[in-house]
This record gives sequence, C-alpha cells and structure tokens, in this order.
Amino acid sequence: MLKGKGIPIFITFLTGMIMIISFFIPHKPFGDIEKISLTWYSIIAGFTMLLGVDSLIGMHFRKLKRKDENWFFSLVLIIGFTATVVVGIIETVRFGTAFDERSYFTYIYNYFIVPLQSTMFSLLAFFIASAAYRAFRARNFDATLLLITAIIVMLGRVPLGEQISPYLPKFTEWIMQVPQMAAKRGIGLGISLGALGVSIRIILGIERSYLS
Amino acid sequence: MLKRTLLLILFLILSISLFSENDSLIFLENQFPCEGFYITGRDIPNDGGSGIEINWSFPDSLDNCFLTVLRRDEFGNNSVVATDLLVSSKQVRDVSSDEEPSRVKDGIKYYYTGILSKKIIDENLLNILKEKSYLKNGTYIFNNDTFYVTSETDAVISKASWFNLSRIPVLISLIIIAFVFLYYLNLAKSGKELYIRKINGLDAVEEAVGRSTEMGKPIMYILGIGYVTDIPTIAGLTILSRVSKKVAEYETKILVPSYDPVVMTTAQEVVKEAFTEAGRPDLYNKNDIMYITQDQFGYAAGVDGMMMREKPGAVFLQGLFFAESLILAETGHSIGAIQISGTTETAQLPFFVAACDYTLIGEEMMAASVYLQKEPMMLSSIAAEDLLKVFIMLLIIAGFVISIFAFGFNIGLFKNLFDHLVNALQV
Repeated sequence: MLKGKGIPIFITFLTGMIMIISFFIPHKPFGDIEKISLTWYSIIAGFTMLLGVDSLIGMHFRKLKRKDENWFFSLVLIIGFTATVVVGIIETVRFGTAFDERSYFTYIYNYFIVPLQSTMFSLLAFFIASAAYRAFRARNFDATLLLITAIIVMLGRVPLGEQISPYLPKFTEWIMQVPQMAAKRGIGLGISLGALGVSIRIILGIERSYLS
Repeated sequence: MLKRTLLLILFLILSISLFSENDSLIFLENQFPCEGFYITGRDIPNDGGSGIEINWSFPDSLDNCFLTVLRRDEFGNNSVVATDLLVSSKQVRDVSSDEEPSRVKDGIKYYYTGILSKKIIDENLLNILKEKSYLKNGTYIFNNDTFYVTSETDAVISKASWFNLSRIPVLISLIIIAFVFLYYLNLAKSGKELYIRKINGLDAVEEAVGRSTEMGKPIMYILGIGYVTDIPTIAGLTILSRVSKKVAEYETKILVPSYDPVVMTTAQEVVKEAFTEAGRPDLYNKNDIMYITQDQFGYAAGVDGMMMREKPGAVFLQGLFFAESLILAETGHSIGAIQISGTTETAQLPFFVAACDYTLIGEEMMAASVYLQKEPMMLSSIAAEDLLKVFIMLLIIAGFVISIFAFGFNIGLFKNLFDHLVNALQV
C-alpha cells in the first residue's frame, strides 16, 4: 500500500513515464499531455504569484511596522507596487490593454522600469572589469595561460589586432572555434548526462530531497 | 431624338460593361510565365493529426512573387490558408491551433489551390475567389492585375500518427541508457562499492556554513532565475536541502530570495523539511525564503541590496543564471562572503570561476545531491553517466576518424558511413 512519501513518489513515477511515452506517441491522448501539463503549470503558477506578492508585501509591511533600518525603501516599494497595480487596472479599463501607447502604465514601464533595468545591466561592464582583473592576474601557470589567451582573443576582435598582424583575428577565430568550442561541448555533454541522471533518479524515486 | 436616346443607351451599356469588366475575373490563356510551378499537399508526418503540409516547386524567375493558398474541403467549403507568402518560402502548414482548433479535421478530404501574383493580393479578389467552387488552372485578370491559378492538388487527408518515427534514434538511446542505469543499480544493490571523485565545492559547504556561523552572519542561497521545471533549479533545490540541514545543525539563519513564486514555495517546503530532519523545526522562519520579483535585473538589484544590508558570511549561487550572474557574484565578493556557485549555463561559468571561491561546473552540480548523500543507489546513476560518457567519447572519436577518411582522403565508402552516422544521430 502507498502511504507517506510513497504517494508523491508514485505520482512522480507515473507522470514521468507518461511524459516519456507522450514524447514518442503524438496521437491523442498522449500528444496533448505536454501542452495540458504546461497549462496546469500556468494555472498553478498564477495562484502562487499571489503567494509571492503576499511574501513581498508582507516582508516590507513588517519592516515598515517595526521601523527597521532603511524602512523608507520599503515604503517606496509599497507605494510603487500599489501605484503600478492601480494604474494598470485603470488603463486596462480605459484602453482594453494596459500596454496601450497612451496609457500611464506604458509610461511607467518606459520611463521607470526600462531605465532601471538598463542601469543594472550597465553595471555589468564595471563588474566584468573587476572580475577580469582578478581572473587574469598571472599567479600561476593556468592564470597566465588564461591571461595570454584573453589578450589574444580581445586583440583579435578589434581593428587594432588586424593592424598588429593579419593572423591575429584568424588565430582568435581558431581559439574560439576549436579549443573553446571543444571545452564548451564537453561541459555541455556532461550537463546533458547529468540532467538525465537527475531525471532518472527523480522518476525512479531514488532522489527524494525535493520532497517535503 | 431617337438617335440621341440610342447613343445614350449605347454609352450606358458600354460604361456598365467597362465598369463590370474592371471588377470581375477575366480568364486568359497562359500569359503569366508560370511554367514549372505546382503545389502539392501531404499529411504532416509524425504529428498528432489536424495538420497538412503544402509544398510548392518553382522556377527561380518566380522568386519574388507572392502566393496565396486556398483550401476546399470535400463538402465544398472554401477558405484561405495563407495569403501573400513569398514564393521562396517553399512551404506552408495548414494546422489547427489553439486560436483555430477546427481548421483541419482528421479524415476529411482537402484540396489546395495556389494563387500566384506579382503584387500583394487584393482583399476583394480574395472574397471573390473564396466564393468560387472551382477555379480553372490558368491566368486571370482582376482590376488590371494578372495572377495565376495553379491546378488543384489531389485530395489530402490528415491523420494522427501512432508513433513518431523520427524519434527512433532517441528511443534506441533511451533503451541503452535505461539498460546501463539498471545494470549499475543492480550492481549497487549487490553491495559493490562505487567511487565518486572529490568535488571541492561541495566539500566546502560545511566550511562555508561553519564560517558564517562563527561570524554570526546569515547564509544566502540564490536559486537564480530559473523555474521549477528547469533541471538546474531542481538540482539547486536538492543542494538547498543539504545546506539547510547544515544550517539547522549550526543554528544559523538562511535567506533564500526567489525569482519565481513556485520556486519560492518549493524552497520553503525544502528548507522546512531539512530543519525538521535536523531536529530544529523551531528555527525555521518562512519569511526568510521570500519572493523578490520576476524581473531579471530587478531581481539582481533586490538580491544585491539584501547582500549589502545583511552581509551574509556565505553565498550559494546554485541554479540557472544569465546576465545577472556576475552582478550577484561580484557583489558577494565585495562583501567578503565565501561563495560557492554552480550552474549549467556554460556562458556564465567563466564569471562564476572568476568571482567565486568554488564553482560547480555543469554536471558537478547535478551530482551534488549524490555526492552529499553518498548512497550506493544514488552513486550508481553517476557510474552509469560515466559509462555513457565513455560511449559518447568513442562515438565522437569514431566520427572524427571516419570524417578524416571520408573528406580528407575522399573515400566514398567512408562518406556513406559518415552520412549514415549523422542520419542515425539526427532527431
């Protein structure tokens, strides 16, 4: 008899087997299973979004209530969240979609969210510089090799590299296409087999740490 | 007077005939150069039904022409499949979709006709064509525009396949993989000791949690921006379980900022279970596993801010990461946290290697739960993976040698062999 953790393990096994079968049999009812399960997932995800919002707003309300350090930012978040939701609802009623060109929701998206996203993304350039500095310090043979390769690749990708030697871009291309690609594909193969291993362990009930 | 009336009537008749000629179809014999153009239809192979594929062949001179495809079913109903396709696109599929579920039905005979034109087809013409029960193959004129109507295809019937034949190589691979896994599973059951190599990143878990505890700082566990359906996220959750257990044993605090609410709820359950298993359910705080946002850089900003405020002693970055990987890892580095990262995204691995103390590269992450548990049954799957890796390596070497003989030495036998190998491995 199935009891305790046996029930979810059995459900996992059954679902896993059905999904494998549906991969090979396109005929109904198997062919539609993936689509149906994705629809189910979307429905569940929609409901869990409420939990997510509850978690986010709850956390900041508590911060505000306790007047924790930096509570002002929690206030900004709550105001921003509420304003966006309210504007989104109003503009959906007004234009049929919140993303209408004339809507204030689009304005918030274009003039608040997009610049904020761009700002975060642009930080990456500085982080790359600091990480590269540490990675390329010639402390040992491996790091030195990395440094030399990086210099060749960087020079080979800019016009200056071609000016130094016409072979430099070609050598760069060779580095990218042969050793780099070989390593990348090797890692890729390992990842695919690893994913396969995880899936089989979960389907067969050997891996149970995801169960609560 | 009579003469005038007759002239007026003549004028009216002429005007009406000219006007009506402008808006009606005039059939001409082949004046539009369309030799070599014909369309064919067939049931889409290996699909779940309700789909027909329409192909056409054409001479190069028609490359820039437009094609409109019409469908007639066995009951005489006409409809438009697609309009103004570039002839060079060679193919269109008439399939039922979520938006139009009843477009093509299995078991019904369909006939397709192509309308070839040099200009985008007129809406009025389209309506006229839809009303015609049959169009003779040939050239027509409408509003001074010439277009060509192909002959109708033979009857095409769509049907669902019971097996996707294109996936036979996958089935064979699956059988081989299942056999190898079961073999090692039996080996593990019989008590044979299986070896797993040392993974420094996972050995450092205890050190990282211990260090954080000594410093009186929390641990931050970041699952990336994957969903619960992604394998790296699942692998990240299994590692979270082990890390949480250690955290509970050391009586410290774990923070899990989440990108996806489903991942958040799963992480909450995983941590709760781990704390219970460690005998410290009282230490579990649901609010420590919180939702941030589903915006990539918003998430990065939120987690970075949390790192700067909470100053965790150890940061785990385990899951699916994209452009935000270095933003997170560098911030972790700047606060002096010990960092253990792992992802399957090869493009992000160099960033993690540069910014973190330990990095689980791809498959090491997948093997983490096995490594941390070291149960014989779990180890058997790793051994099976290794054997499959050897098999793939042999296949690559064989392909490499065959291609040298095939294309380096130009030997026909090896060319055939190479083609067979490629075809067998293609899905």
